Order: sequence, then C-alpha cells, then structure tokens
Amino acid sequence: MTWSIYLGVVVQGVLTGLVYGLMALGLSVIFGVVRVVNFAHGEFAVVAMYAAFLLFRSLGLDPLIAFLPIAAAFFVVGFALQATLINAFVGRSEHEQFILLVGVAIVILNGLLMLFGPDAQPANLPYAFDSYAIGPLFIDKVRIYSAVAALAIAAVLFAFFRYTAIGTAIRACADNLTGAAVVGLNVKRLYAVTFGIGLACVGAAGALMVTIADAAPNLGPAYTLLAFIIVIVGGLGSMAGALVGGVLIGVSEALAGFIIQPSMKSMFSFALLIAVLVLRPQGLLGRRA
Amino acid sequence: MLRKSTPSRRRVLAGAAAAATVVAVPAVVRAQAKAIKLAVLLPRSGYLAPAGQSCHRGALIAPQVLADFGYAVELVHVDIESNPDVARTQCERVINDGVKGVIGAFDSASTLAMAQVCEQRQVPLVVNIGAAPQLTEQGYKFLVRNFPTGGQLVTNGLRLIKDLIDATRVAPRTAVFLHANDTFGTAQRQAMDKLFPAAGLPFRLLESIAYDPKAQDLSVEVTKIRALNPDLMLVVTRAADAIKLVRDMVRQHFEPMGMVSPGSPGLYDEEFYQALGPLADYPIYNIPWANPKGHMSQALEAAFKPANPRFRFAVECFNVGFTFEALLVAADGFKRAGTSNGPELMQAIRATNIADHIMIGPPIKFDAKGQNTGIPSAAVQNRNRTPTVVLPADVATMTPVLPMPGWQKRT
Repeated sequence: MTWSIYLGVVVQGVLTGLVYGLMALGLSVIFGVVRVVNFAHGEFAVVAMYAAFLLFRSLGLDPLIAFLPIAAAFFVVGFALQATLINAFVGRSEHEQFILLVGVAIVILNGLLMLFGPDAQPANLPYAFDSYAIGPLFIDKVRIYSAVAALAIAAVLFAFFRYTAIGTAIRACADNLTGAAVVGLNVKRLYAVTFGIGLACVGAAGALMVTIADAAPNLGPAYTLLAFIIVIVGGLGSMAGALVGGVLIGVSEALAGFIIQPSMKSMFSFALLIAVLVLRPQGLLGRRA
Repeated sequence: MLRKSTPSRRRVLAGAAAAATVVAVPAVVRAQAKAIKLAVLLPRSGYLAPAGQSCHRGALIAPQVLADFGYAVELVHVDIESNPDVARTQCERVINDGVKGVIGAFDSASTLAMAQVCEQRQVPLVVNIGAAPQLTEQGYKFLVRNFPTGGQLVTNGLRLIKDLIDATRVAPRTAVFLHANDTFGTAQRQAMDKLFPAAGLPFRLLESIAYDPKAQDLSVEVTKIRALNPDLMLVVTRAADAIKLVRDMVRQHFEPMGMVSPGSPGLYDEEFYQALGPLADYPIYNIPWANPKGHMSQALEAAFKPANPRFRFAVECFNVGFTFEALLVAADGFKRAGTSNGPELMQAIRATNIADHIMIGPPIKFDAKGQNTGIPSAAVQNRNRTPTVVLPADVATMTPVLPMPGWQKRT
C-alpha cells in the first residue's frame, strides 16, 4: 500500500469530521452558555436532513444553499423552544433536564416515523457520485463542499461571538451569570438566542449531512451520541474543541477502519473518549472547572 | 304393552361412545372452520426496514390468497424495529394476547430472541427468512425454518459462481469478501471460511472484510478493497448499505470485473434501484427465487399487483414469497392438526409436505431439526433495474453479463 492511499483515508476522515464538528458545535454552544445538555440534538439534525431532502425534492433547492433557510428556521424554533419550554428547567437538576430533552427526542423520532416512514431517503443529488481526482487521490465532491460550508459556518459563528454585542453578552452570561444579570443583561432572552444559535448550527449541519448520508429517523440517537463523544473529546463548552474533536473522531475512525477492520471503527471513537476522560477530563481544549 | 328394557353395560358404553363422537366431531369441524391467529413479527422500521416492509407486503395479501386455497388465517402485524430486544418483548406480548403461532423475523438475531420465547411458551415459530445456522442447531422443538441456512446459501452460491465463470468464460484471479458484521453476515463469513477452500473456484480470496451495516457511508471499506484491487467482489449486504457500497465504488472509480453475492439481500430492493438508477444494474446474487410458472406464485402475483401498485412483484418476490410460504406452512399445519394446541400443531407443522408453493424447488419438508434442506438457489442479475434469472440455464430468461460494464458506460 502506498502513502497516497493513507493520505486519501486521512483526507476523507478530515472532511467528514468537519461536518461532524459543526453538528457538535451546536451542542457545545448550548451547554457552554445555558448549561443544559440537549439530548435531542441528533433528532434535530435528522429533522434538518428531512427539511433539506424535501426542499431538494420539491423545489430542486440544493442542500448547499438550503442550509441557509433551514438554519434560520431552526434558529426560530430553538429560540421559541428555549423561551417556552426549556427556560423553566434551567438551574433544575440534571435528571429533570435529561428527561425533558429525551422526551423531546422521542416525540421528534416518532413524529418523523409517522411522517416519512422508516425507510432511508436519499436526496440523489446530481453530483452525488462525482469525485475530484487529485493525483492518485479520489475525493468526493459532496464531502469537499460540505466540509467547506461547515468551516465557513464555524468561522461566522466565531466572529459573531467575538465581534458582535450580542455575542459578547452571551459570552458574559457563560463566564459570569450573576455579573451579567447585575449589569442588566436579559439573561433569559440571551439564553433563548443561544439555544437558537445552537439549533441553527445543527440545522445547517443536518442539511449538509444529507449530501453525505441518506435521511432516516433512526439516525437521531446515533448522531446525539456522536455529538456527545466529539464535545467531550474536544472539551464541553469549547467551540474550537468541537471542531477539533470532530476532525479527530473522523480521522481516527477512518484510519482504524482502514488499518484494522471497518466494523471496528466506532470502537476507536469510544476508546478515544475513554482516554480523554482518564487523561484530560476537561477535554482537549476545555477549561478545567 | 311396552317392554321394559334394562340397559346393559355394553349398550351404555356404546351409547357413551356415540355421544362422545357426536360431541367431538363438531368440535374438530369447528376448529377447522375457524381461522388460526398468527403474529407476523418483522423489522418494519430501523436499518432492516426496506426488507421488513417488503415481507410485510407479502403478509398483508396472504390471508386473501390463502383463503382461495382453502386456508383461514387471522394475522397480527408487529414491528420489531430491527432490534432483537424489541422482538423478544413483542413476541411475549403477542403470545400473551392469544396468538397460536408466530412468523418471522427476517433477521436471524431477532429470530433467535423470539425462538427462546416460543420454546418456553410452546408456541410454533415458523421462520420466514433467517439464515444463521444456530436457529435449527440449538434443539428448538417449536421452530421450523423454510429458508436455507447460511451454509446452504453459500454452498449453492459458490456452485453458481463456478457456473457463472463457465458460462461467461471470464478468468478472475482474485476476490475480496465483504460482509455485514451482524448475525447473518457473520454466519455467512463462517460458512465462507469453511466452504470456499473446498469449492474449487479458480480465484484466490485475498481478504474478508467485515463492516457495520448501519454505517453512514462505506468509503473506508471501498478504499481498503480498492487498495487490494481484486477482480471480483463477493458481498453479503443487508439493505441500504448496498446503496452506500455502490455509491462509494462509483465515487472512487473502483470497477471490479464483477460484484457477486453468494446469497444476501440489499441488491434487489426497490430502494436500490431508485437510488442508483442505471448504476444498480449488473450485480449478481445467488439466492432462492420465486417460480414464475407456479400456480400459487401466479395467484400471489395477481393479488400483489392491485394491493401494491407502487411495488413490483418481480423485485419483491423473494421477501413476499418466503413470508407467504411461512404463513402457508402454519395454516397447513393447523388444517391438518385440527387444533391450535401448541404441541399438536407443532407436530403437524413438522410433518409438512407441500408440493404446490411459491419458491423454485421441491415440496416443502422439514428434517428432524426443523430445517427445509431442499431449497435451491438461482443466479439473479439486475438488468434494466429488474431482477432477472440468468442461471441455471433451464429457468434463465437472459444470459449473464460478466465483466460488468464500467460505471461511466451506463445509460
């Protein structure tokens, strides 16, 4: 085997990992500020996949464009969900938050089953089978497009939190909740904005994911678990950590699948998770509590 | 003057016997006239849903067709969500609700979970599809399987590969075996490890690769196979994973001489054709197939068409046919036993001998372990997005095409 094959595997892992990272970014943002773990995260990603699938099938709107309106719609849903349902659970014990969001996940999963049935729905994009030949490497077009879009969205998000007034206020809430309230920030509204941003991230990631994977209701729990592994490896609450964790998981799964056995690649995600929990419990880029 | 008669002991016994006959005969007649209540447990959601739904379509039309052939069944349809734990609990529930027989479950792992429940409760389980050998090797007394074991499938499949090579005069030198890592796929791998060395095929098996059928894509798997550069790909796919496999083969410009399944689903699901279009053509799968000339097959096809206008019997006949046959076995056993009492019904089912049935092959019969050992395979190739029998020559409707045309040459 030549180096080019290994390079191809690593590139595939990086590209897939970036989309995983964008999905996990939403989870990390919500937890980092609101301190609520969204156990319905994967299910929301699957809703976005179906939204992108429907927009493509009915209007011919490419998922690489459709992610923008989908992210906007998810922001509204997230804002409303936090304002009406989740705000009441902020500060309550973890098991109550857990039950609430698992309940939301079950409702979404079964709703999708009722609406679309259990079968996987492929978008069948015209370029779904295309790839770029770069020397000896074949790299899927869909992966490159999705990864570039994921990087762009993450960059916009970083800029929003660093350079806008609302972003700064949200970071203030995350750093010192009491201080933020004392200076007059509307914490509940900022929480709702944060939840909206988190869901917008997952909405965009889900829409991009439909270019790589077929939409199916049963993907939800697997995506939730994957997002958890990524944010724990990267550091819960760390935005950069989510992207780094996504890439690390993507590459380690790809290499493990290639070198050892494809059926064992998920095992390496969990091995990485255990190693991080033992050696660096706060995650690779997380801050010690 | 009336003669006073005293009943003798002999006359009393005779009268009692006559009375018992009068009481008993209508009971048997009544039992025969009533329908047997059967539960059909299938993976209608989850990763096996396409095949489970296909089997379900067979179960839905079965009562009407069975009635035309003189059998009465009442069915309870249950989704086991592609999950053996759900299969076990749902099996218990339906037995508690009074079903007298269980049919299922397409997936070997789920069927094994159900077999334990049926054995404890002494309720017959007729396996429609499920190839793991242990189903009929663990001594279950309340289970019969009208489906080949993994070993039988691979034996028949490898024999047909040899016939394919002879018929097409190709000369593959190497192959890679790619299989799902679930119960079925692992059983196929074990059968392959055991049977391939003695099969006398003219190519070397470079490597056997296991993959997760629930994986989002198979790009790493295809990269690994491409690095080995085999002439043939032998595959054991499950459902949607077959689509992902072809998709990644096309993306990576990987064009082996042929893609042959020694006996597995996935390559002939309607989803496969819809998702891949012309790219779905030319894989070959060596599996049992419905007899297009059979009296009962034609009746089943006639019932299938109006009930499922969006689906083609030619595509679904494997899942629909075996599910129908499982129901036929249970209904026929009930008809002969005249009772739905578990042990007596099971005894009748084990004595099954049905000559007129759906799939190609001799009459349905079970050996001492409850296995039908006489189910042959045919080589079926996708041609113009339709499963087409290409071997054996006497039942073939087209000749096999090997090597398969390159991906870019498809229209």
